[in-house]
Amino acid sequence: MFEQLYNAIFIGSIYALFAVGFALVFSVLDILNLAHPTVFMLGAFAALFAIATLGLPWWLAVPIAFVATGLFGILLDRIAFAPLRRRGAPPLSAMISSLAVTLAVVRVVELRYGGDFITFPAGTVPSFLIHVGGATLEGVRLAIIGLSIALMLVLTYLVRGTALGREIRALAENPRAARILGIDVERAIAATFFISSGLGGLAGVLLAFAYNSLDSRMGLPLELRAFTVMVVGGMGSLPGAVIGAYLLGLGEVASLVYLPAELRDAFAFGLLFLVLIARPQGLLGQRPADRI
Amino acid sequence: MLLETRQLSRTFGGVHAVDRVDLAVAAGQAFGLIGPNGAGKTTLINLISGHLRADGGSVLLDGATVTRLAPHALTVRGIARTFQGVRLFKGLTVFDNVLVGRHARLRSDVVRRLVPRRSRADPDRERAMGLLERVGLRRRAGALAGELAYGDQRRLEIARALASEPRVLILDEPAAGMNPSESGRLRELMRALVAEGITIVLIEHDVGLVMGTCERVAVLNFGRKIAEGSPAEVRASAAVREAYLGAEDVA
Amino acid sequence: MDAIADFLATYSTTFAIVGINALLALSVWLTLYAGQLTLGNAAFMAIGAYTSALLGRHLGAPFPLALAAGAVAAAALAAPLGLTVFRLRGVYLAIATLAFGEVVRVILLATPITGRGQGLNGIPPKTELWHIYLSLAVVAYVLWRVQGSIAGRAWAAIREDEVAAASQGIAVRRYKLAAFVLGALLAAWAGGLSAHVTFSIDPNDFAFTKAVQILVFAVVGGIPNVLGPVLGATVFTALPELLRPFKDYRDIFQGAILLAVIIYLPRGIVTLAELRKTRRLAEIGAADVA
Repeated sequence: MFEQLYNAIFIGSIYALFAVGFALVFSVLDILNLAHPTVFMLGAFAALFAIATLGLPWWLAVPIAFVATGLFGILLDRIAFAPLRRRGAPPLSAMISSLAVTLAVVRVVELRYGGDFITFPAGTVPSFLIHVGGATLEGVRLAIIGLSIALMLVLTYLVRGTALGREIRALAENPRAARILGIDVERAIAATFFISSGLGGLAGVLLAFAYNSLDSRMGLPLELRAFTVMVVGGMGSLPGAVIGAYLLGLGEVASLVYLPAELRDAFAFGLLFLVLIARPQGLLGQRPADRI
Repeated sequence: MLLETRQLSRTFGGVHAVDRVDLAVAAGQAFGLIGPNGAGKTTLINLISGHLRADGGSVLLDGATVTRLAPHALTVRGIARTFQGVRLFKGLTVFDNVLVGRHARLRSDVVRRLVPRRSRADPDRERAMGLLERVGLRRRAGALAGELAYGDQRRLEIARALASEPRVLILDEPAAGMNPSESGRLRELMRALVAEGITIVLIEHDVGLVMGTCERVAVLNFGRKIAEGSPAEVRASAAVREAYLGAEDVA
Repeated sequence: MDAIADFLATYSTTFAIVGINALLALSVWLTLYAGQLTLGNAAFMAIGAYTSALLGRHLGAPFPLALAAGAVAAAALAAPLGLTVFRLRGVYLAIATLAFGEVVRVILLATPITGRGQGLNGIPPKTELWHIYLSLAVVAYVLWRVQGSIAGRAWAAIREDEVAAASQGIAVRRYKLAAFVLGALLAAWAGGLSAHVTFSIDPNDFAFTKAVQILVFAVVGGIPNVLGPVLGATVFTALPELLRPFKDYRDIFQGAILLAVIIYLPRGIVTLAELRKTRRLAEIGAADVA
């Protein structure tokens, strides 16, 4: 039981890191970045590259993955979103352009590394076990939980307590006003993408380390989870995304009692659908039905 | 009374955008709605036209409660509107914009369309052309709506609203950005419509236009109705002056 | 005459796939025309494929009936999904259909009767080229005629401005639902046809990549008329056949082209013809997909 709770919190932490980035871009730019799952995958592969090709230790690979995917996020905005923003295109176009990027990038990685699951070189991640009250737990997961919570706190501080955070929040509230107030909008957007993609990539590395497995399509199941998390928590709400992530983690682990393992995805979808029917604004979102 | 609101209310996160407003518009009347920026005029219209959900109160059309109806249902019942800032179908032609406006009065033609026909004598298309003629846009019928000058776009929006043969036409700041000769033509158009029996609700900042066109005027401020009456009465009201100019200092 | 017959015989599979992809492209075109982004048509295609194949195999259902059953099954799933989602903003449709697609794939992988990961093999090759092209001709004709109808104009209005469309008496949700369910029907029909051409199907044929590819056909081909998606499907299906050495890079090309089109030519390639007439790229570009 305790072990399951532990795993639930662990997977919830991964979902939270991933979903928070998703929610951040949505709240600031009002677009659904459907290329977000790719940074999850790219983070893991960046770490693989750092470790297997560059021979770096795991504790360097993690920040490298963060920075690499953060930069990719900025690049993504430059080529896929910024041109659409400039001509005032509707959100649908941004979704399509991010899909296009996903299609191409996933294929590139697949061509380079193949479509099968890959493991890290032996001994990459120090594996240690913790014995707590009769249960045996994977130590790596505890480290990941700790790191995730720490990052959430850092993000909260960033958003609430720094000038950059204020700029980002202003942008989310009212882009035109933000511009008039002299905020460098493009810089704030770049920062948003850096943070969002960096966190997403981090989630990818950490999960890859925990399961010692990565593949070119690992982002897609996460995308489904992220949608559920965002809808449950309230679209665009960062704290909502965190709460939703842990709820989903708990729910998924609990549902394993009733559902066969392969149908785990079905739980996330079921929850998504349920929330859309019963309470589309989620926990912390705004009332959905108003139109103008 | 053709169109009424009773204690109509809407709150946004604690702010009373529309606060228990009572309005009564008689059939065939030209009714004006004025107030400072942010007074809640457009919110009130959005409540009436079904685009926004009311938190309290009701809207009645010809005595029947229509508060919870969706916008399209209200159009079928005879309420048409234009939008502050113009919402045209920019990628469609001027003509098609007006034709879409007629949607509420048309019966499905999918099956008929499956067999191509020669005959073009279509009363609806003729009516659409007639409306374009009326607002002076007949020659631009084939242009894309997005290509029109702003003043033309406004007139197109009115033509589109008229295509549904409304009993009540709500105009949300139709004269914004118009020069005096354009707003003069607008005033004539509105007078002609009222003469034909269409009830008009006019929201405007151009107080002169409102006073010159409307028989009755209501004034909103901070979501509440602070005055109502004939143009002269409203103009004389101290409450109205205060709302627009701020409380005068007593020396 | 013989030369043509030979040509057809050699490339018959390619022609079949082109026709099926054109049908799929039209299924997505319909919802895009109403301004909605659905990513579920690969899943609906899967439902059509599996339903018709299983009905044929286990119940001996005649081919047209099996196809129809697949289409109805897809519509039956599309309707509640649409009803739930069209109350909400457009972004929710993309989310819900993407999620739906993943879940269908997962369920197919987990259910014994569908053969799980191995999928279904030995599906009888009942589909003839004329089935596909007759379907395509009928669908294209009907969609073309509907485009100029009241419903067609209503969809265009919804695409341009939903809020204004509602004020013209258009029951926006109903129209969106209709486009979505019809699209699902079409995709499932195409799926049924496809299953009986390729002899075997497995869940990964209908995954996320497929959904995006269908989107590519429609968006790159163009939205203004039915010719667009057909053109897009033809080009993107035929080209990889002609450029065999580059087949591995197909997805990359498609992604890059989709990106370029959505940014610079959002109404698709068919608007290039308009371009020559009017020379106003910005205008055509500005009158967007949605």
